[in-house]
Amino acid sequence: MGATAAMMPGIPVIGMPTDPERMLKKVDPSLKKQMADVALNAARGKGATYTDVRIGRYLNQFVVTREDKVQNIVNTESYGMGIRVVANGGWGFAATDKLDHDSIAKAAELAVAIAKENSRLLTEPVQLAPQKGYGEVSWKAPIEKNGFEVPIKEKVDLLLSVNSAAMKGGANYITSLLFLVNEQKYFASTDGSYIDQDIHRIWPAFFITAIDAASGKFETRNALSTPIGMGYEYLDARPQDKIQGITTLYKGRYDMLEDARAAGVQVKEKITAKSVEPGKYDVVLDPSHLWLTIHESAGHPTELDRVLGYEANFAGTSFLTLDKWESKKFNYGNKLVNIVADKTQVGSLGAVGYDDEGVKCGQWDIIKDGILVNYQTIRDQAHILGLNASQGCCYADNWSSVQFQRMPNISLQPGKEKKSVDDLIKGVEKGIYIIGDGSFSIDQQRYNFQFGGQLFYEIKNGKITGMLKDVAYQSNTQEFWNSCAGIADQSDYRLGGSFFDGKGQPPQSSAVSHGCATARFNGVNVINTSRKIG
Amino acid sequence: MAILTKEEARALMLKTLSYSKADECEVNLTGNDSGNIRYARNAVSTSGRISQNSLVVSSAYGKKSGVATINEFDDASLEKVVRRSEELAQLAPENPEYVSVLGPQTYAEAINYIPATAAITPKFRADAVAQSLQITKENKAIGAGFWEDNNGFSAMMNSKGLFAYNASTNVNFSITVRTEDGKGSGYATRGYNDVTKLDTRIATQIATEKAVKSATAKAIEPGKYTVILEPAAVAVLLERIFFGLDARQADEGRSFLSMAGGKTKLGEKLVDERVNIYSDPLDPDLPTSTWNGDGRPQEKTIWIEKGVVKNLSYSRYWAAKKEVKAVPGPDSAIMQGGTKSLMELIAGTKKGILVTRLYYIRDVDPQSLLLTGLTRDGTFYIENGKIQYPVKNFRFNESPVIMLNNLEEIGITERTVSEESNNNYLLPALKVRDFTFTSLSDAV
Repeated sequence: MGATAAMMPGIPVIGMPTDPERMLKKVDPSLKKQMADVALNAARGKGATYTDVRIGRYLNQFVVTREDKVQNIVNTESYGMGIRVVANGGWGFAATDKLDHDSIAKAAELAVAIAKENSRLLTEPVQLAPQKGYGEVSWKAPIEKNGFEVPIKEKVDLLLSVNSAAMKGGANYITSLLFLVNEQKYFASTDGSYIDQDIHRIWPAFFITAIDAASGKFETRNALSTPIGMGYEYLDARPQDKIQGITTLYKGRYDMLEDARAAGVQVKEKITAKSVEPGKYDVVLDPSHLWLTIHESAGHPTELDRVLGYEANFAGTSFLTLDKWESKKFNYGNKLVNIVADKTQVGSLGAVGYDDEGVKCGQWDIIKDGILVNYQTIRDQAHILGLNASQGCCYADNWSSVQFQRMPNISLQPGKEKKSVDDLIKGVEKGIYIIGDGSFSIDQQRYNFQFGGQLFYEIKNGKITGMLKDVAYQSNTQEFWNSCAGIADQSDYRLGGSFFDGKGQPPQSSAVSHGCATARFNGVNVINTSRKIG
Repeated sequence: MAILTKEEARALMLKTLSYSKADECEVNLTGNDSGNIRYARNAVSTSGRISQNSLVVSSAYGKKSGVATINEFDDASLEKVVRRSEELAQLAPENPEYVSVLGPQTYAEAINYIPATAAITPKFRADAVAQSLQITKENKAIGAGFWEDNNGFSAMMNSKGLFAYNASTNVNFSITVRTEDGKGSGYATRGYNDVTKLDTRIATQIATEKAVKSATAKAIEPGKYTVILEPAAVAVLLERIFFGLDARQADEGRSFLSMAGGKTKLGEKLVDERVNIYSDPLDPDLPTSTWNGDGRPQEKTIWIEKGVVKNLSYSRYWAAKKEVKAVPGPDSAIMQGGTKSLMELIAGTKKGILVTRLYYIRDVDPQSLLLTGLTRDGTFYIENGKIQYPVKNFRFNESPVIMLNNLEEIGITERTVSEESNNNYLLPALKVRDFTFTSLSDAV
């Protein structure tokens, strides 16, 4: 699937409500090591040839308001242990939230029993890429301000002033929220690693509706923020973090109040905006929009588990088959297109020190000068590509979920020559400038996609002439990336992303960022999405 | 402890409430044992079992409320969680939309717990998958599937004396079969409360036949076509209507059920008069809990009758404001079926397209409920009452509301699963004219 629920105001509450004071307390790593050793020893004793243990404490805070009221303040905590084993050549997994030694040992034994039971259904044994143990190590996200330490009142006051600004501008309804995440993860394995990690994420967002009561028409405009791997400092916007244009855009920091003020006016303007004439357009895509196109059309098709068929029943397979990679000449895009995978970019949602298999994280090329050169792998896939080490793409969204291959940050590299957004727009005769992410859908092999947006501006003869609505574009992945006609330079490079990249059965959510600068694509098919019912 | 009986849950919650000093207190207790097995490339890939409980306590002083939780159940922990929720309530801002907890309610006895499903073992799961893989291997095809069973309970109790308990079981299974050359793909899905009704062999056989028959599909021009949507494809479209039956959204003017001048479509004709949609927690083929999350009884409710919107769902706050009955939203939905089998629907079709499965459904325009997505795993061209050949997959842009106005025929209702939400429904296959396909996809 894709960035499921990224734009949905209905926020899933994962875990259980708890209180703020408790959220600031950390579990002592030496206690976690003791618990991990109980599981490792119990599994080994029952015949496991490999075991890893994840003790996870997943903290979320949601502050949700609408118009002039606080709707919900929820603190959730999910704490428990997941134990994964290889026994008789196959995987087994069991998870428990009872962390006394007996319960841990029983869960480990169950994981081994499941692996043994299922081993009769294997065609070949699990083959793990070698991984050295790191001993006792730790990694902490480099945040400046822990959002969980910011008083609730400060958060409520911010959101209520955001709502007020949007309503003054012309919005009829607004839901605004702050969604804070802290993953305290402890990983241990029979390879000899004991890894303690502390990860923070934040997503400030709003969803605005304006209504024309006489006609019954309504329009929406969502925040131009992004979920990001930062602390509360993301909300301390400085002048140097703002990109001025037809609307203000944000780089690294976000001015929620300013965006809400603009959104209130823009959502009203959308009601009377010109409905797009369908046809071929050159589209200029802002990073607040393009990240999602990258996610769906570059991120998912280069997941090796999809390529191999492990996701065939749900998320699908991939058009980027191994023969295309082996040929070393498959033109995914034209020469402007360079796409990099990484798990290290500071501030990104995917950044961690080590993945959920205890592999130290790094960076590698996926698309180089338009050619497919690599995929995303984990330990039991590396040998398929002839690699002797995993690329560190293993992740589980909770202690109760089994880890599997998940997308690292997948980012389009900025243009090498100096080029601004204005330079890109200047050259367009008939085009549309699209800002913000909207509706999104792509097929199960990642060929055919359709994307909407938040703001659409018509470009005629190199100039923005006014707002459009009812816009969505459809294309084919390879055709689209070969139509790339320019990418702005590093100074325009920004991160977008989602907390809710959905994949797997049972489905799991993963947080991932995608960096890019504004880019232009020529001759893209635009449809009009307006319909009338009743 | 995971699964507690009704009396065990009652005793634990009574003890929890005994610690309360707030104006109001409500306790929610849940437990779940779930197991799953996943396979791909004709071999098992991952499998697991998860066991967890949670106790959530909400305390309120006036319109100020606080929520806290715990998963330890000794007396000290129970008292601690109550105290913590009370402290949070004291700190919280007033919520003008806070509604006092419900008093005691009467619930019908639910029928959604089946002991056989609760007794599933790892061996049972592995055997079911082995049966499925036997079919794919015999047919030289490649199977990827997923089985997930749940055995759980929920209970709630509050300081006004309300007590509710429900135990439930469910198993969902889905299978995608691909031909070895990757040119054909087929799908089947099943969902039941009672695992004895699930036959992984039959589902795999259907998916395998579709895979073989869908190979080497021909491209035909996108456009408006008569389509026959199998129940799994109907589910992912119609559930967007079910999810949108909220009165407040409609009253506020921001729903496909809103109308000009601040009116709504409640009481208005929305779709073809042959459309009847309802929910019934005691339907033997789709039983659900007889109470909803805030303690309101779930009763049989008609949502659309003869094409007219008969009911919308209300939060307790919005119902009080509008002075109407607080009808809770449905846990599932049933569309009344016709008498024709899928084969009979095909036999009566001059020209059309049979759709097995729809994928990656997303809202495009909430005003018209316009959705986009793609066909997948078995799309066939029908002419003169017969399937003629497989066709390449399409992207569609269509509203389920428009679709139910373009209704040609309704098939027999059967239980199916939405792959988008995992919800189970009772839905028929539908034959619909002028379904809008906007582009072709190369995906198989």
